Amino acid sequence: MGAAGFDASAAGLPERANVPWRPRTDAVALQEAGRRWTRSLLAQVLPIAATGLFFLFLGLIPAVVGLILLAHAWVIPELYANRGAAVLHAHGGAGPDAERRALLLLGDLVSDEARRLHAETGLILERGAFGVWLLAEAGGVLVADGGQRVFCYCVKVRGSDLPTSDQIAHLLLALRCEERDFLTVANLAFSGAPWRLRRRLAPEQRLALDAARAAAAEVADGPVVTGATAAA
Amino acid sequence: MPKLIRLDQSGHTMLAEWSADDQSAFERAAIAFREQLEQGYFGLVSLADGRAEQVTELPFDAPMVILRRPIAGG
Repeated sequence: MGAAGFDASAAGLPERANVPWRPRTDAVALQEAGRRWTRSLLAQVLPIAATGLFFLFLGLIPAVVGLILLAHAWVIPELYANRGAAVLHAHGGAGPDAERRALLLLGDLVSDEARRLHAETGLILERGAFGVWLLAEAGGVLVADGGQRVFCYCVKVRGSDLPTSDQIAHLLLALRCEERDFLTVANLAFSGAPWRLRRRLAPEQRLALDAARAAAAEVADGPVVTGATAAA
Repeated sequence: MPKLIRLDQSGHTMLAEWSADDQSAFERAAIAFREQLEQGYFGLVSLADGRAEQVTELPFDAPMVILRRPIAGG
């Protein structure tokens, strides 16, 4: 038995014992996390935007203040989206030989389709029970709800001395082992509309996001939660 | 031939290899596997359906067993 009643023998990721205060994520919790994120953003943006609009009609000087407030209201979601995009940034750090060896193993773990997309974009596309994932070395983006919403998660391998492809392989294997626990352990950095994230991505990463959205849309006719783990 | 592979800073390292008719090689691999677990690594095998399964004993018949480090929210 681990921390706070977590039973490590009951399958799943052992890392979940490190966040015993977090309930295990399921489809309902994921949807609620998305709604909560939207509500929080609106609570921050709407009062500022409303005040800015009000000031616009009070005269020249207040109108300038109003414009500043409106700009502030516009910047807040952009900053969050920027934080979300940061989970896909590559940092590198290992030498080319280590990176090449890591890439060989990562290539063995994924399909031809995912391998080709990785060669173009540096991101690994992985279909999960909750949607379609794009994995990078410092986290992943879950494209859910048939491609209509993204969840950006920050999650890392302990120790930062690993090649990029090795770090992605770590995340991929943990995700494949238990997606619910992967979601529970990871920290949510952003949730919202894909277009908001897309604007903050590098051109090649946009290709990967488009591919993930297309893959998520393919399964949109079925239930959002399709895998055995999410159904459990 | 089944392999025990560790994800590490070199890209990856093959720690052991064994075959169905070489019990001693498997036992050496099992010892190496347990040593890595004691150092904090987790053992995983890929399943046919695309998922992965965590293992605490080295499976004799898995084609590849991978050792990974823990992950944490960033």
